[in-house]
Amino acid sequence: MKKFLFVFVALAGALLGNFCAATEEQPFLVLASTTSTENSGLFDYILPEFTRDSGIQVRVVAVGTGQAIRLASSGDADVLLVHHRPSEDAFVAQGLGVRRYPVMHNDFVLVGPAADPASVIGQADMLQALQAIARSESLFASRGDDSGTHKKELSLWAEAGVDPVVDSGAWYRETGSGMGATLNTAVAMGAYALSDRATWASFGNKGELKIVLEGDPRLFNPYGVILVNPERFPHVRASLGQAFIDWLVSTRGQALIAAYAIDGAPVFFPDAMVDH
Amino acid sequence: MDKAIEPNRVMPLEVLDLSYDAGGKTLLNKLDFRLEDGVRTVILGPNGAGKSLLLRVCHGLLQPGSGSVSWAGRTPSQAGRELAMVFQRTVLLRRTVADNIAHTLAIMGVPREQRSSRIDTALKEAGLSELEDHPARTLSGGEQQRLSIARARVLRPRVLLLDEPTSNLDPGATAAVEGMIRAADADGTRIIMTTHDILQARRLADEVLFLHRGGLLEHTSASEFFAEPKTDEARRFLRGELLE
Amino acid sequence: MSEVFSAVATAVELVVRLDPDLVEIVALSLKVSLSAVLIAALVGLPLGAAVALVKFPGRRGAVILLNAAMGLPPVVVGLVVYLLLSRAGPLGELGILFTPAAMVIAQSILITPIIAALTRQTISDLHEEYDEYLCSLGAGHLQRITTLLWDGRFRLLTGLLAGFGRASAEVGAVIIVGGNINHVTRVMTTTIALETSKGNLNLALALGIVLIILAASVNAAAVLIGDAASKRYG
Repeated sequence: MKKFLFVFVALAGALLGNFCAATEEQPFLVLASTTSTENSGLFDYILPEFTRDSGIQVRVVAVGTGQAIRLASSGDADVLLVHHRPSEDAFVAQGLGVRRYPVMHNDFVLVGPAADPASVIGQADMLQALQAIARSESLFASRGDDSGTHKKELSLWAEAGVDPVVDSGAWYRETGSGMGATLNTAVAMGAYALSDRATWASFGNKGELKIVLEGDPRLFNPYGVILVNPERFPHVRASLGQAFIDWLVSTRGQALIAAYAIDGAPVFFPDAMVDH
Repeated sequence: MDKAIEPNRVMPLEVLDLSYDAGGKTLLNKLDFRLEDGVRTVILGPNGAGKSLLLRVCHGLLQPGSGSVSWAGRTPSQAGRELAMVFQRTVLLRRTVADNIAHTLAIMGVPREQRSSRIDTALKEAGLSELEDHPARTLSGGEQQRLSIARARVLRPRVLLLDEPTSNLDPGATAAVEGMIRAADADGTRIIMTTHDILQARRLADEVLFLHRGGLLEHTSASEFFAEPKTDEARRFLRGELLE
Repeated sequence: MSEVFSAVATAVELVVRLDPDLVEIVALSLKVSLSAVLIAALVGLPLGAAVALVKFPGRRGAVILLNAAMGLPPVVVGLVVYLLLSRAGPLGELGILFTPAAMVIAQSILITPIIAALTRQTISDLHEEYDEYLCSLGAGHLQRITTLLWDGRFRLLTGLLAGFGRASAEVGAVIIVGGNINHVTRVMTTTIALETSKGNLNLALALGIVLIILAASVNAAAVLIGDAASKRYG
């Protein structure tokens, strides 16, 4: 019995000790970011390069923009990389972040069933497309999760003068989940959905869905990176975080972002050089 | 029969004005008796008479509601290990035959190095030496009861209390268990047992306590009880007419 | 249906090839969940035994609470642990959010009630059976507890395996407190969630099959141990 207990405790200790050893060997920073950057495969492409250059490991927690900002606001991340300009500016204005750097952009696309019940294909104006969807009461799958894409979608509806939320549950379906899960739902229901181009390009379950509208300047989707304010949160790995940001906006980082392609097509376009 | 006579610290058992109530019912009603050493006592009576309860109160597993139980002036808990109990429904641990006895010895604080010889003796008594490595709960009913008795006697208690030790056994197994009871008696262990089996009582009893509905109706020698029962209930019980 | 077949093929391929990413993920899953079981056992076994054996006011309430806590929703546990471990929370100083340690804590909380409740049931049943025998020997508290724990060992082991099954299969808590960080806190269930969200349903299903096989093996082990024990010891 005693022996039993001893083995038990020893095993528990060994396992837990193992974690501590494993987690302390390399300097790392925690990056709160969005599912679009993670799911598109961009991070898998560029982060190993950064780690090779700097010796710093980047631990990505990929959630919606809203949740990523909340994580960073509690000091649970060192760097924030998201895509909703108003929220990013507010984050900096509140003193939670040091400064916003433009990193890259891509664009949103409207995807929908090939049958195109709202006759969107061929249109160039996103607002008219949304109005057509609302008028024909064609199914539309919304993120409904306070993410950057969701915020963008809501602002587009508002601009189009449609309040889809009153028809929530009818033709307007709020999935309350990430981009990929929402696309899975849209595929299954034959619904329209707003997606960032990167996630759509790398999405593996497109089914009958295709891009029905793209290129409207309103669909511009800029990403910004912000160091969480170390004056506010003393434990923030400020030097590591700043090193990462500097690398991201450097010629090398920007070149790597530009070089990342899915099926031969680039999905993100570097911004740092232009916008400075 | 050769009964070892030695200064006894446990007998006599004196039960004075003993009552036990539960759930608004009087299960034992003002019992008074005294058991001397050197005989085998059988507590006899129909189902529900209070036999098992009386045995438990005498052992100290249950406290009397009122009245007293004393073993040569000591309370049951003071008599402690001089009293051993064998239950109607055998309680065997989920271990081997030998480990069941080892467990009792461990709880009794017998040093490890003294245990194995005691285990061997106990198993020989029970005729279970061949089965020592078998899981106890796979034994037959008779073997299980023999193991229970051997385990209860492993530290040679002066008194062995047995509650309906053969109620679920076939005749062959019953005979084997009765053999162990006789052997214990022959070693000088004071036997106090309950049964509802009249024939078993005839075979084993030197004296009989006849219990009916919580009352002690007769306390007399076996020969007298079976020859001339004094109460109507006892007569009807012996004729097989008194069932409860 | 064809998707299921190709997922099975992918699963077989991943396993046969011993895909290094798969091995890493399975290893981390096992490490996290086994640690959680160990911690939950250290707390749950004595706790369950105590509730079974010690009479105290409100014991019935404690039993009900324990049984109800077996169904704690993982997401809620994850959220509570997140709030505790967040830098803004009371244990933020530890800095273990988004590490395997945080996942172990969440899973431990999730399965401690399972282990404690099953222990209580086992010990309480055995105690009812052994009580008079142990009383008649005048066994002390410690002797009672060791006897009951030892004789209940196979059923207790089944309880531990049930806890392991639940820990290794849940996603809601670990994805919140672990963050599903590649090579750091990515385990089987969070990988499945991620691959599903990437639309890689084939790979997600294949991983699911591996997880099911793992869970089935654990449960088969539990059943076999239980059977063997009841045959051997009754």
